[in-house]
Amino acid sequence: MLADKDRIFTNVYGFQPWNLEAARMRGDWDNTVRLMANGPDAIIDIMKASGLRGRGGAGFPTGTKWGFMPKEPKADRPNFLVINADESEPGSCKDREIIRHDPHKLIEGALIAGFAMRARAAYIYIRGEYIREAETLFAAVAEAYAAGLVGKNACGSGYDFDVFVHRGAGAYICGEETAMLESLEGKKGQPRLKPPFPAGAGLYGCPTTVNNVESIAVAPTILRRGAEWFSSFGAEGNRGTKLFQISGHVNKPCVVEEAMSISFRELIETHCGGIRGGWDNLLAVIPGGSSVPLVPAAEIMDCPMDFDGLKKVGSGLGTAAIIVMDKSTDVVRAISRISYFYKHESCGQCTPCREGTGWMWRVMERLRTGDAEIAEIDMLQQVTKQVEGHSICALGDAAAWPIQGLIKHFRPELERRIRDRGGDLAPMMEAAE
Amino acid sequence: MAEATHIPDEAETRARWGNFAWTDENQRKANEILGRYPKGREQSASIPFLDLAQRQVGAETNTQGWLPVPVIEFVARQIGVPYIRVFEVVTFYTMFNLAPVGRYHVQVCGTTPCMLAGSDDVLAACKNHGLMKGRTTPDGMFTLTEVECLGTCANAPMVQINDDNYEDLDYDRTTAVLEALARGEQPRPGSTIGRQTSCPEGGPTTLTAMVNENHDYRGEWGTANAG
Repeated sequence: MLADKDRIFTNVYGFQPWNLEAARMRGDWDNTVRLMANGPDAIIDIMKASGLRGRGGAGFPTGTKWGFMPKEPKADRPNFLVINADESEPGSCKDREIIRHDPHKLIEGALIAGFAMRARAAYIYIRGEYIREAETLFAAVAEAYAAGLVGKNACGSGYDFDVFVHRGAGAYICGEETAMLESLEGKKGQPRLKPPFPAGAGLYGCPTTVNNVESIAVAPTILRRGAEWFSSFGAEGNRGTKLFQISGHVNKPCVVEEAMSISFRELIETHCGGIRGGWDNLLAVIPGGSSVPLVPAAEIMDCPMDFDGLKKVGSGLGTAAIIVMDKSTDVVRAISRISYFYKHESCGQCTPCREGTGWMWRVMERLRTGDAEIAEIDMLQQVTKQVEGHSICALGDAAAWPIQGLIKHFRPELERRIRDRGGDLAPMMEAAE
Repeated sequence: MAEATHIPDEAETRARWGNFAWTDENQRKANEILGRYPKGREQSASIPFLDLAQRQVGAETNTQGWLPVPVIEFVARQIGVPYIRVFEVVTFYTMFNLAPVGRYHVQVCGTTPCMLAGSDDVLAACKNHGLMKGRTTPDGMFTLTEVECLGTCANAPMVQINDDNYEDLDYDRTTAVLEALARGEQPRPGSTIGRQTSCPEGGPTTLTAMVNENHDYRGEWGTANAG
């Protein structure tokens, strides 16, 4: 188990106050100006050496991403940092804990990341439903301004840097980086075509980097303790510590910081009191939030929880939002409900996604009750392949993958429901009947 | 799940809301909001302004507020864009109400993590308390909406009522929350089983030193190896 001294988010459960005074006693904002004295390029090099991969789901190396920003921004086209706090992926609830219990880690990280990428300001885009969390964040930013930690001459470094909080209003798609930029500009959150990538033309047409809350909030600690410290956790290519969020059928669901690459079994046994009804009662796990395919019990039990380990079992780490399902679960309904989620959240811009998500959900509902024909399972599989990869953003993919995972691993269950209802044996209806 | 919204008659809403303007307090907030965005980018304030306007309508009607057409027009004028640019934002984002809601907007999460943890029971408790999805109770107290994941999955199932979350629910605890609200009480938000936020039930498995004091772990950083 990760030692407490090596945990970054020491106030993750909010036993202690979030405010500046308490955060400083835990080590935040401690001589930040010295960290900045490394200079932007050295900070990016340390982040690269730490092996940190983005914590928002895609897992792109954070240091490399910062390095894409123009080194000499023009006065009329400043660089911007946008921090993605639109945590909406079903199963994910980690950024909420950072924002409401350790907001100063995020604000200090915003300054350091913004300085490293020569940004003039950071916008923190927080989902609208995090109402109390946003109140805390607004108050924490105000504290940081009052103490001279951000704003003009931030921390006495001579660098001017603003931090603004922007609340969304309830749209999952705004977690997609270009949809978030549209939303920040006051429009509907419909993703933009790439290229141009945000590092070239992002917010207000200026160079922009969008990072997840957790990626930004771990940066100050990495700089304080060194890249070697951070990269001493986790397997090669999957370094660091990570907030895991476990929901569903475990005895004690929770959010907990652990080393990357911890095995699923150890994570659940150590922190969640085991699977409800014991390990024999485990049916399947969605290991990275609703967009990744489920993994059946036998394959997940001793799987390392990291990007590469979960890729090997045909799934992904995503945001490390682990949804556990025991044998009492109606697994078809569980996936069908995810299909409904994507139907609800499709922004409506691309036809395959707008039409496909609704179509897939309706077929899933019929498969749930068995009111279908066996050939329709193959048709559904085929349609998911037609949606996947044919939309501007990854929502189409995210809607397709859970269904593909279900068909891959639970096809016998789908067929059983159809047979039990007599569907495939019933005489085929003629159009005129 | 989504039902078509009945948008109230325009002549009536125009008579009631045609003269909508910020209160002094909200004017101050609006100025602060505009200050966050660069000059010429006032459109960025559309979502914060709509939220502020909906809250002002709510305060004036003792409900959770909604956005009548004249109010949307007012917001459009404030940020200098055509009405349709703001109206399309109102229809795109789920937190904006196109029709009046009750004093308490009960938003039950029904997405898979909450479903696995028993959101069916939460919805059943709402139903047996007289709440219907997409409707407001005749006394104007409760509006029930089934919403998508609200990001509280380790404390599922949950409901957001107005600005507060009630977490770790079951049938009885949901009923208790609704009954308390109906009596005019304000139940304590957060976990309804007395759990500390998203900490494992029964006490933390990690960071136990933080429970009673604001522990500073930096003194232990240098010891032994790091991993």
